[in-house]
Amino acid sequence: MSSTLTNQASSPTAPAARTAAGSPDATPSRFGFATHLACRECGHTRALGSTHACDQCFGPLEVAYDLPPLTRARIERGPLSMWRYASLLPVPPDVASRPNLDPGWTRLIRADQLAQVLGMRELWIKDERGNPTHSFKDRVVGVALAAALELGFKVLACPSTGNLANAVAAAAARAGIRSVVLIPADLEPQKVIGSAVYGGSLVAVKGSYDDVNRLASELADEREDWAFVNVNVRPYYAEGSKTIGFEIAEQLGWRLPEQIVVPVASGAQLVKIDKAFRELIATGLADQAPYRVYGAQATGCSPVAAAFRAGHDVVQPVRPATIAKSLAIGNPADGPYVLDVVRRTGGSVADVDDGELVAAIKLLASTEGVFAETAGGVTLAVLQKLLKEGQIDPDARTVIVNSGDGLKTPDAVTTAIEGISAIPPTLAAFAERVQGLAVGAAGKAG
Amino acid sequence: MSVSVRIPTILRSYTGGTAVVTGAPGTVRELIAGLDADYPGIARRLLDDTGQLRRFVNVYVGEEDIRLADGLDTPVPAGGQVSVIPAVAGG
Repeated sequence: MSSTLTNQASSPTAPAARTAAGSPDATPSRFGFATHLACRECGHTRALGSTHACDQCFGPLEVAYDLPPLTRARIERGPLSMWRYASLLPVPPDVASRPNLDPGWTRLIRADQLAQVLGMRELWIKDERGNPTHSFKDRVVGVALAAALELGFKVLACPSTGNLANAVAAAAARAGIRSVVLIPADLEPQKVIGSAVYGGSLVAVKGSYDDVNRLASELADEREDWAFVNVNVRPYYAEGSKTIGFEIAEQLGWRLPEQIVVPVASGAQLVKIDKAFRELIATGLADQAPYRVYGAQATGCSPVAAAFRAGHDVVQPVRPATIAKSLAIGNPADGPYVLDVVRRTGGSVADVDDGELVAAIKLLASTEGVFAETAGGVTLAVLQKLLKEGQIDPDARTVIVNSGDGLKTPDAVTTAIEGISAIPPTLAAFAERVQGLAVGAAGKAG
Repeated sequence: MSVSVRIPTILRSYTGGTAVVTGAPGTVRELIAGLDADYPGIARRLLDDTGQLRRFVNVYVGEEDIRLADGLDTPVPAGGQVSVIPAVAGG
């Protein structure tokens, strides 16, 4: 078996960065089967190192591989974590035995009750609450940590909208190295606590996430032994999101979903899930089959959805104003590539307002027992919107990604506890309260 | 009074390794032209063949992303600070 995978998808004139798949002579290095970095814009290549932007055109660098033959059986014998796909990541072959949080292998939940409400035939939720710090960010940090240590960095750092800060602080603690996380000062308290508890340095910055991100980019130029996971080791970091796509396919019996809806902040998660599907096809692990990828944004921060509707391939930055803070990136680095992916696969990018996302959080919780964070609410609400618009086929096998945990953003759904008042501890009072309440309503109130 | 311009690592080969260089006030477009006179070739790294800012380059005048202002026509005041940063970060 020999095939190639084109990673470069944007500029039709640029030479393609290629990943060879099924090479019998491939041998792992300290970065596994990764061979080099390649610019997604111009195809310029360079050695594996701690650079994230092309020195020719500033384009993003992406990891390229010379993959060995891979089999489903070998992967299925692997650890019950994302490291079962280590051969497809830029990590040392023994990564699973090093101190780390063992992220991934989260549940893919068949959502029949939600599907019934929505009039769909087959709907699944990839539930990323099951990760060690309750969001998909543990995956990307897992890869970034392994690569950072190989590259000689001493400190693990990041700018974050919250979930990443939690993941970096926890992973660094587990690995026994120092962490420094930068967050916008207005972040949800649960996410601040969920970082500070691990004992690293936490710096609250006055400004938006984009301001924090800019500061981190400038710091990454000054602090040579600091690995900012989503800045100077971003090529490695971003590869971690592929494991969401690998797991979805394996959990569906090595089949790709026909439709998938993914939340869009920087856009990297969506782009890498698509890359995962293409790698599965290129390596023969999954059969070639058409799939459509849809992006979900909150209306208060929807630069990629706006660019999609306008037919643009450049994303105009915006100033975010939404309660979906984990998606509040006004200048998304991978926005142009999200547009490439959804247009290539026949999907789209849509947005929903804060009221719609809150309603979706409650719908998901009451139908499937899944308490999603605001980003998950955005994703379900966009699915509902696209169903109504006829853009999503209700009869096709569909997956939505819930990227994080509602317990980190409880303020979004405080209306769920309105109207709850205490009763005296007597049977009579209980009977009076329950009497006249429908069973469903009693369940929600209680 | 001149303008200070922060140069990212990947462009410091043009500035002899210097992280902060000086330029003249005007617009961002004029500033970049001036930088190219001092450090030949640097403009081609920032602008595409049509003279537009490359899509993965962010330029800030003070705290302002020029894409949220007037783009390359954004004025740079005397004494101002400009930062050039790769856009490939975050999220």
